[in-house]
Amino acid sequence: MFNWDQRWDVVIGLEVHAQLQTKSKIFSGSSTAYGAEPNTQASAVDIALPGVLPVMNYEAARLAVKFGLAIGAQINQRNVFARKNYFYPDLPKGYQISQMELPIVGFGELDIDTPNGSKSIGITRAHLEEDAGKSLHEDFQGQTGIDLNRAGTPLLEIVSEPDMRSPSEAVAYLRKLHSLVRYIGICDGNMQEGSFRCDANVSVRPRGQVEYGTRTELKNINSFRFVERAMEYEIERQIDILEDGGSITQETRLYDSDKHETRSMRSKEEAHDYRYFPDPDLPPMVLEDSFLEEVRATLPELPVAKKARFETELGLSSDDADLLTADREVADFFEATLAATKAETKIVANWMSGELFANLNKSELDINASPINSQQFALLLDRIADNTLSGKTAKQVFSALWEQEEGDVDTIIEAKGLKQITDTGAIEAIVDEVVAACPEQVQQFKDGNDKVIGFLVGQVMQKSRGKANPKMANELLIKKMS
Amino acid sequence: MTITTLATLAADLKDGKRSSVEITQDYLERIEHSQHNAFISTNADFALAQAKAADAKRASGDTTQLLGVPVAQKDIFCIEGTQTTCGSKILENFIAPYTATVVENMHSHGVVSLGKTNMDEFAMGSSNETSYYGSVTNPWRSVGRGSAQDPLVPGGSSGGSAAAVAAQLAPAATGTDTGGSIRQPAAFCNLTGLKPSYGRCSRYGMIAFASSLDQAGPMTHTAEDAALLLNSMAGFDTKDATSLDIPTEDFTASLNHSLEGLKIGLPKEFFGAGLDSEMAAIIETAVKQFEALGATVKEVSLPNSHLALPSYYVIAPAEASSNLSRFDGVRYGQRAAEYSDLVDMYTKTRSEGFGNEVKRRIMIGAYALSSGYYDAYYSQALKLRRLISNDFDAAFAECDVIMGPTTPSPAFAMNSKSDDPTEMYLNDIFTIPANLAGLPAGSIPAGFTQAGLPTGLHLITPYLQEAKLLNIAHKFQQETDWHLQAPPPADGALNSNLGGKH
Amino acid sequence: MALDNDTVHGIARLARLKIDDHEVEKYSAELGNILDLVAQMEAVDTTGIEPMTHPFDATMRLRADEVTEHNQRDKFQAIAPSAERGLYLVPKVID
Repeated sequence: MFNWDQRWDVVIGLEVHAQLQTKSKIFSGSSTAYGAEPNTQASAVDIALPGVLPVMNYEAARLAVKFGLAIGAQINQRNVFARKNYFYPDLPKGYQISQMELPIVGFGELDIDTPNGSKSIGITRAHLEEDAGKSLHEDFQGQTGIDLNRAGTPLLEIVSEPDMRSPSEAVAYLRKLHSLVRYIGICDGNMQEGSFRCDANVSVRPRGQVEYGTRTELKNINSFRFVERAMEYEIERQIDILEDGGSITQETRLYDSDKHETRSMRSKEEAHDYRYFPDPDLPPMVLEDSFLEEVRATLPELPVAKKARFETELGLSSDDADLLTADREVADFFEATLAATKAETKIVANWMSGELFANLNKSELDINASPINSQQFALLLDRIADNTLSGKTAKQVFSALWEQEEGDVDTIIEAKGLKQITDTGAIEAIVDEVVAACPEQVQQFKDGNDKVIGFLVGQVMQKSRGKANPKMANELLIKKMS
Repeated sequence: MTITTLATLAADLKDGKRSSVEITQDYLERIEHSQHNAFISTNADFALAQAKAADAKRASGDTTQLLGVPVAQKDIFCIEGTQTTCGSKILENFIAPYTATVVENMHSHGVVSLGKTNMDEFAMGSSNETSYYGSVTNPWRSVGRGSAQDPLVPGGSSGGSAAAVAAQLAPAATGTDTGGSIRQPAAFCNLTGLKPSYGRCSRYGMIAFASSLDQAGPMTHTAEDAALLLNSMAGFDTKDATSLDIPTEDFTASLNHSLEGLKIGLPKEFFGAGLDSEMAAIIETAVKQFEALGATVKEVSLPNSHLALPSYYVIAPAEASSNLSRFDGVRYGQRAAEYSDLVDMYTKTRSEGFGNEVKRRIMIGAYALSSGYYDAYYSQALKLRRLISNDFDAAFAECDVIMGPTTPSPAFAMNSKSDDPTEMYLNDIFTIPANLAGLPAGSIPAGFTQAGLPTGLHLITPYLQEAKLLNIAHKFQQETDWHLQAPPPADGALNSNLGGKH
Repeated sequence: MALDNDTVHGIARLARLKIDDHEVEKYSAELGNILDLVAQMEAVDTTGIEPMTHPFDATMRLRADEVTEHNQRDKFQAIAPSAERGLYLVPKVID
């Protein structure tokens, strides 16, 4: 774990931009689909032709409210769009439509787990705004190309309080938020495509000092790994400056993941003066109580509640429950498997956290992309429960399923001849062979060394090429030797 | 010369006396031979194709009332495939790739768009002198008569529309009104001009000046024509979040209702110092006419109306400064020919593309919104806006319509006020309050000054009561003939300094 | 209330306008006159008055989340000052 000089306190606040999962843009009827040819999803409104007007997307409002309700935040039933004025080529109107004084979501909280227990992180606000376009710097003889497909994509900017005291807390918060937005289905969380982006405000202060130090804003941190490393670098940089008697400049810094350093963004010619004012094209949004209740009814079971249920009702350990509720898709897979299998809950949990996760990680796949669906997975666990498979042969079947070999669980078992031997006569014959071949171990058993039975069962399994039912082998061995 | 109304043309078309192509052709020729510089562009092929289509529709039995009637469009409305400049150099080469909803509505009623009328740049002005495409002359005195009598301005910002209708270059025109831009030129050019309730006509495709104030409306000879044209312009539009979602109304339906018992309110604040005495007398006579029609008159008060001008000159420039940021030379419009970097490109493009009045208003707006000044200027202006709006609510508890002069004085001479922006702004002191409150307001011809210049009677009615306003105006026009007066024919010598581009 | 030259230049920069040195005095005076006109507002006590941003205190109508716009790039870029391979081109942007 990252450590810094304990004479310093670290203060971190995060601003997360979550792209809301709508079909169309926040103020126009253009598609939000990712990856289209440049400017083919840029309508008259998106390119800000003279005379065009914004009209707000209902779904964007609904998803923002869903988030607010999920974190128990105050919903501002009267909220207002404002214009943030600045010139930039990827900002076609010369202003961004955002929310300033009256955001749709007010104060709420999110609990994170830390080594010292649970900690509550304040969420100051979450507001709706439109995304800007993209500037492309390559290949245009020293010019920049502007693609406005992304302009007008709905974003929810989630602003935390400066409540985090280490990069690892910040990452824990970010993971929790990332999981939540996907849980409630408001954002796909895809960081590569920029659907979930994070800026961090980082400052340090001498331990014990009440006032915050001067902060810097870190931009361009688009993976969990980079977030932590960027903050670590920045904290060390700030401490070095302060310890040398210097002072921190309030500025925006860009994290360069290749060089592992942050650098100042070219300072703007003038101080920012965004001249926010209420957008005259968009009257205040008024949300009725009934609307809030409708949205509340669509909220799924949230991670905290789900975890508690997994522990109390299903008897999972806290660690297992954590693991299986971190993602909604994982929890859904788990519950779907559980519903379809006769196997015990613990076995399902073990096989998910073991074999399934190991393979997903190795292949860098999300559970949604798993080659084995929950129905096949349930069937596999059924065959362990009914003694058709041993743990070992089950892994062989798993691996065949993973490699998408032809057939379902049963046909694979059949084709590979992995059906466990449960016929007493057949196992007895093997047991007899083993007893005859291992007189020394048999004698040890008879002398009271119970542990040697494991070795003997192993011999039976080996001779049966893993197919003998180990429990039956065990019983028969004891019977023969006593 | 007698005036030709939309109603007359509609009747002629219906009776088969003339075809739309003939009428359109006739107006296009008048425009071509006129010297008022009332149009920035015409597109004869476009207009004649529409006229032809209208004639074909009529032949197939279509009886839509305005089918085939030509109307001039203020050059603030985007019409697909035609040049749309908003009176600015920065849009000189802008061919709109889409059509404004108001124009689309009119087209679907069979209206033919004759051409695009001249206007103050981005609708910022009260004299049409800020247009990049040259000043417009007022047909009531378009030619200088010696050094003492310069040509008059037609008013603004819809000065081209007003001049076009007054000079019979079009039977009617569209205008837009942010602080008086329909009503003041209507008053200066002896027309009927109506600014509907905010939200009645869609703003989609109408190039924005001050979004919370802008409203499109008709400029016509008669109240009946205004009702007909408004019927074709108004309507709910899903593309404008401020458009009113209300059932469509036939504004001609109540034109002839009796005015018996109508309560007229005269705000004492509109008849004080600053009002030309000749104007005051004309308005007084007009009001007497209404009394003869059965109306009663009482004094009312709009105690905060003196704050309308200051609050308007914060709100409108603030919104404009932001609305005009999109003109940056990146996606359409003019881009400066030479520049060293991005900021230089922006700065040169905008400095070369905008005229002085536009730059002034952008700067005042940016200043009023800037950090440290917002509360004192912008926020305070919005609070005064509420006080002004509340004044109307109180006044309308006592009367059905508010009347007064549209302007403090009749049309003034060109170049007489253009050096002093604030002097120019005073033209709008009576018209601005209705924009701030969003109320329907109109100007109708009220009589002439000794010098033969038209004056306007200003009518303001409660929210959504355009039909009432038009009824009041129409009944007045049944009893008077001011609105039927046409300007004297221009006497030969044309002032060669006017018209054309800079 | 005339604005000083630095303020005039500052606002012009915010608005991406260039005011030549010989014009600064003129702008300073004209903007000052407008501010004088506006200054009448200061005297009014507006304590407790809610700012009115929209006529009639209208509220927002929301639209259904549907894709209603389709690709019109060629049409839109036909009027662009500079476009290439589907992109609008501008002088190099430096972050």
